[in-house]
Amino acid sequence: MLAENKTKHKSYDRMLILLYIALVLIGWLTIFSSSYTPGSDFSLLNLDMAYGRQFLWIIISAVFAISILLVDGRFIQSHAYHIYLIFMVLCVSVLFLGTEISGAKSWIKIGSFSIQPIEFAKFSTALALAMFFSEGKTASQRKTIWLSAFVIILIPAGIAILQKDTGSALVFFAFIIMFYREGFSSELMILGLLTIVTFVLTLWWNELYTIAFLTVLLVISIFIVNGNTKKIIKCVCVYGCFIALVFAVNLAYTHVLQPHQRQRIDTIFGKSVDPKGADFNLNQSKIAIGSGGFFGKGYMNGTQTKLNFVPEQSTDFIFCGIGEEWGFIGSLFIIGIFMTIIIRIILLSEKHKSHFVRVYGYGVASILFFHLIINIGMTIGLVPVIGIPLPFISYGGSSLWGFTLLLFIFIKLNAE
Amino acid sequence: MNPIFERRKRIIILAMCILASLYLLKLFGLQVVDKKYKEAAERNAIREITITPPRGLIYDRNDSLLVYNEAAYDLMVIPKDVREFDTTDLCNTLDITKEELIKRLEKARNYSPLLPSIIEQQMKKEDYGYLQEKMHKFPGFFVQNRILRSYPVPIAAHILGYIGEVTEEQLTNDSYYQMGDYIGISGIEKSYEEELRGVKGKHMVLVDVNNREQGSYKNGAEDVEAIPGKNLWSTLDMGLQKYGEWLMEGKKGSIVAIEPATGEVLCIVSSPSYDPNLLVGKNRSKNYAALNADMNNTPLFNRALKACYPPGSTFKLANGLIAQQERVIVPSTYYSCGGGYTFGSHRLKCHSHAGSDLIDAVRCSCNAYFCHAFYNTVSNRRYRTIQEGYQVWKDHINQLGFGQKFNTDLPYESKGIIPSVEFFNTRYNGHWNGNSIISMAIGQGEVGATPMQMANLLAIIANRGYYYKPHVVRAIGTKDTPNTRYAQKIDAGIEQKYFTPIIEGMRLVVTSGTGRQAQVPGIEIAGKTGTAQNPHGEDHSVFACFAPVDHPQITVFVLVENGSWGGVLAARIASLITEYYFNREIKQTEKEKQVRDHKIYYRNNAR
Repeated sequence: MLAENKTKHKSYDRMLILLYIALVLIGWLTIFSSSYTPGSDFSLLNLDMAYGRQFLWIIISAVFAISILLVDGRFIQSHAYHIYLIFMVLCVSVLFLGTEISGAKSWIKIGSFSIQPIEFAKFSTALALAMFFSEGKTASQRKTIWLSAFVIILIPAGIAILQKDTGSALVFFAFIIMFYREGFSSELMILGLLTIVTFVLTLWWNELYTIAFLTVLLVISIFIVNGNTKKIIKCVCVYGCFIALVFAVNLAYTHVLQPHQRQRIDTIFGKSVDPKGADFNLNQSKIAIGSGGFFGKGYMNGTQTKLNFVPEQSTDFIFCGIGEEWGFIGSLFIIGIFMTIIIRIILLSEKHKSHFVRVYGYGVASILFFHLIINIGMTIGLVPVIGIPLPFISYGGSSLWGFTLLLFIFIKLNAE
Repeated sequence: MNPIFERRKRIIILAMCILASLYLLKLFGLQVVDKKYKEAAERNAIREITITPPRGLIYDRNDSLLVYNEAAYDLMVIPKDVREFDTTDLCNTLDITKEELIKRLEKARNYSPLLPSIIEQQMKKEDYGYLQEKMHKFPGFFVQNRILRSYPVPIAAHILGYIGEVTEEQLTNDSYYQMGDYIGISGIEKSYEEELRGVKGKHMVLVDVNNREQGSYKNGAEDVEAIPGKNLWSTLDMGLQKYGEWLMEGKKGSIVAIEPATGEVLCIVSSPSYDPNLLVGKNRSKNYAALNADMNNTPLFNRALKACYPPGSTFKLANGLIAQQERVIVPSTYYSCGGGYTFGSHRLKCHSHAGSDLIDAVRCSCNAYFCHAFYNTVSNRRYRTIQEGYQVWKDHINQLGFGQKFNTDLPYESKGIIPSVEFFNTRYNGHWNGNSIISMAIGQGEVGATPMQMANLLAIIANRGYYYKPHVVRAIGTKDTPNTRYAQKIDAGIEQKYFTPIIEGMRLVVTSGTGRQAQVPGIEIAGKTGTAQNPHGEDHSVFACFAPVDHPQITVFVLVENGSWGGVLAARIASLITEYYFNREIKQTEKEKQVRDHKIYYRNNAR
């Protein structure tokens, strides 16, 4: 089998592997900085410390990565649905056998370590979708292709919601980017986006401005369709629906919601301040990143992260440590590496002859991009606090292994 | 395969890049443009601990310690950092009620949510140790070291003064102070506040989210060391001060002793006094209120500087000098007495004697002599009107230190009373003459002087014509750095030769006159008795002297309220003070016993 592989190799993409190693190292260094107290005993494999455990996770990841590269790509492809099924079953079993950690029942305890199966559902769902789109379809199957595709992502998302892990549930909707590439209707994409925008604007701004905004969009679209009466009518109809949506949202906000629910929405949109709860954490997170300046305070010199002002600073809020100690340069570097990885994956996918590999590649890019945007966005207050990790960097075995498998399966498939 | 969708690749990449760029823009704003996060981070994690330098110590003129510092601990709070904590636990540890704690927190918050305020002050070491173990449970609170003033010998309370928390007014006027700081409120503590307080330092420490200290910030690179306050050497003689206070126990009155050659105050007793240790620490306000409420003894009232007495016969010395300087008498000028000074239908009594020259008049304190001399001074034919004549006399008496404050480091002085020309013009409707104000000739009537002013008059006489303003601090920083603020020699406006007959008369007072009780074996003393008439009761006993006559080293002024004739009690006290000063021991034990046993009955509220 090994000999066979060698002949088939195009060779693994070195750039992706190097960038992966870079991110993992940066992650470990940041975890080390926030968990190591200068002067205390240092041992790389000190499992009492976060940096020691993360080092162990990294070694195990390396084992996973190498194993993937040794396995035959066709084996993975042929068992895509099986892998998907196995992890779905595992995730469901968590609902019954799992332990609850910080509100989410998404962990399985093995000895003193816990793993989070939903992290593995990401790559398995990507595999299943790749399989699904690359299979030959009958005419009747084509009619319901999007329905079936949505079922594939709704299953893990639903399980995540049952596990009270909303953040992970949202991740599966990142595959819509892949759907778009595979031919999902632009109009539906736009309508979906517009619905979200209308929703947010109505709650965050006010209904009059939102209506004005929608009217401007209508005028622009009428110009674009350029006299096509049928399309103009369509635009006006859609416009009417959105105006109705604005009023519905507004009505629901003022008359249906309880005051405390309104308060929560206001806090999410920054209209009112809740200095003790989530807002306190967000504020501390912004202070840590903002105090980094252009060049940062220097490695191991971050005061906010070192002194625990930032919550979850090794996991979901790890970007704070980078922003504080490495400044804007660090932010630029991290986002730069991620964007390079994502665009590289898209370009490689497009070049690849196999439909399966292309779909899977887009899946990987979609997941990574969604994580990047949501994770960094929440630390700087651009999106509500949704607890999902920064890939390869955040502390945690399950997420590191999940992302490592996600990426290395692509590297492996791409090389065939 | 859907080749028509291939351009969607570009749309996807473009959208992703736009979003990533927007994020970088936002991060640039957050990290580079907006500076407020840097400040917030410092407020978060860096706590500035003010290092209050030790307050300067105060020594007496012979290096004996008068005031030193003791360690204490204040529990501070930064209201903004306070998060939920176990109030019951804290209240129990501090032994205060929950309402009290809430009240104090509210006060701190009103002062400033960001700056530290005191919650509990001056905890003893033991209490602090107990609290220290629990500090991590109380985010926003921390402990600051403090000093308390302490007095090894409880004397000179009025002069040393005391310290207390700064008032809100002082806080707004002087940015050096923070709420809870101590400031000198009276006495030397107030006059030399800037020298004694030193310069504050600061120590930057890192604190974590639970307000636990996590070591120094930048290894102390931004710390500022505190500069300790300067030590002071007082002019006071601790032994003399202590002895004087002991002699005055149970009596109301004052003893002031000055070194005439320098104006340095050797002792300044105001009785009744109080233990300065009472105005230190937690119970300061309570004790202060109690002292303040004691209307019978008025222990807080500094009689030596604030009480304005009719100076009595000792004032004749001043009038004798002025009359000579104005050339209305010469030493041989003789006035007959015959039991008093008669003017119009009035008669100012004197004891029965035929008459006297100046020296003899001083010796036997002849009222008539000084009335004539005073009348001739103010009604001098050289001046056309009484107003002019009186103004000349008033200028002289002001030059001799009366009717005005010294404005040195002495706390809260009274000006004394020397009425203005206008005062008498108003009182007598413009028609008055020397006889209208004749009581002033013998130190009665409208004139009022503080014991310090009288002691200073004696210093002028001892110096034969000049003085240095009385003051209580002689060196600042080191013993060899003299306090030069009061080194200016002040001319009293009387020529030196006019002192000779006065001093001779004073010498005779002690050897053969009214002040024989003041004698000290082996020391030649010049003195003057006084009996200040007191409309409210028994006369005040007054004695003023200096010694030795030829090279004076000390002038002593004693006033005992309701102590009766000055020749006995006040003279004895002056004698003992002089003896102690020169010999450091008392051989006149009989005299000492008489003074200690001398009981004076004070009616309530009589002063």
